[in-house]
Amino acid sequence: MAAIAVALLVALFLLSRPPSETVVVLPSADGHTGTVVVQRGEERQVLNQPYAASRSGEAAVVRLSADEVRQSFGATLQALPAAPTLFMLYFITGTDELTEESKADLQRILSALKQRPVPDVVVIGHSDTVGGAEANDRLSAQRAERVKGFLVEIGIPAGRIQTAGRGERELLIPTASNVDEPRNRRVEINVR
Amino acid sequence: MRWTIAAFLLGFALTCWADDAGQIKTASGTAFVERDGQRLPAQVGMPVRQSDTLITGADGAAGVTFTDNSLLSIGPNSVLAIDSYTFDSTTHRGQFDSSLRKGTLAVISGKLVKQSPDAMRVRTPSSIMGVRGTEFVVKVD
Repeated sequence: MAAIAVALLVALFLLSRPPSETVVVLPSADGHTGTVVVQRGEERQVLNQPYAASRSGEAAVVRLSADEVRQSFGATLQALPAAPTLFMLYFITGTDELTEESKADLQRILSALKQRPVPDVVVIGHSDTVGGAEANDRLSAQRAERVKGFLVEIGIPAGRIQTAGRGERELLIPTASNVDEPRNRRVEINVR
Repeated sequence: MRWTIAAFLLGFALTCWADDAGQIKTASGTAFVERDGQRLPAQVGMPVRQSDTLITGADGAAGVTFTDNSLLSIGPNSVLAIDSYTFDSTTHRGQFDSSLRKGTLAVISGKLVKQSPDAMRVRTPSSIMGVRGTEFVVKVD
């Protein structure tokens, strides 16, 4: 009888206790660790070291191991989407033809894109300052469309790809008018 | 007629996009999006909006990429509410509030936090977390 009463009390305690909570700051892919401020009632804990953790009911910040984090959060971390990425391609002057170097890069970029199940892509074309502003608007749009074509070829639905031509408005390397600058003749591919 | 329908659908699609906070990029096992009292099976490519709640079963997990490039994922037996989300893609200002009711959450913060620390808050039943540009995980048992 007493045993049942104790069991009931324990069950009641377990049911009524506030949920236990854990917050852990992780080092990011580039090795940098950011900051999370945890406010729990009157208590405030600042987490800014790799694997620093705040647990409800514990006044001090603790350090977990990478293994402990993997054990509790492995499936969750695995479900994180791929980080949004920016790729760059460069063009031969006055054309929508890729430079030899960028042709090789394109293959690498395309195989990276094939890994993403439903990519959202924004393709933005640019020119250098050689030639008139209007011609450069056209040329930059043409470059963006050309790159879109490569993406459609590997099976990315055209509807998921937005294109724009920015002409010579957003120079990567600021130059005077009529300067042949290879790094400005580019297309940016933003993938999410 | 066909063009009218096409134009209508395009307009509809663009309107939908404008309201989207993000998109489901990974989904496995039992995973739902609860919206306006309805449970929709979570599918890769599906939009996520303010006021949606993401729910997973014992075998479920799901990941979302938000328009500010924030990445969030939940593991098995989890409930995450997207309380509010605004993001201005020009100024990168806005506010992102979410609540983990139970389960596990992983976060990699995005442009909102880069622009203004404290633009992102995560609530649990007993805490509020302010995020200053980082990667972190949360568990509510």
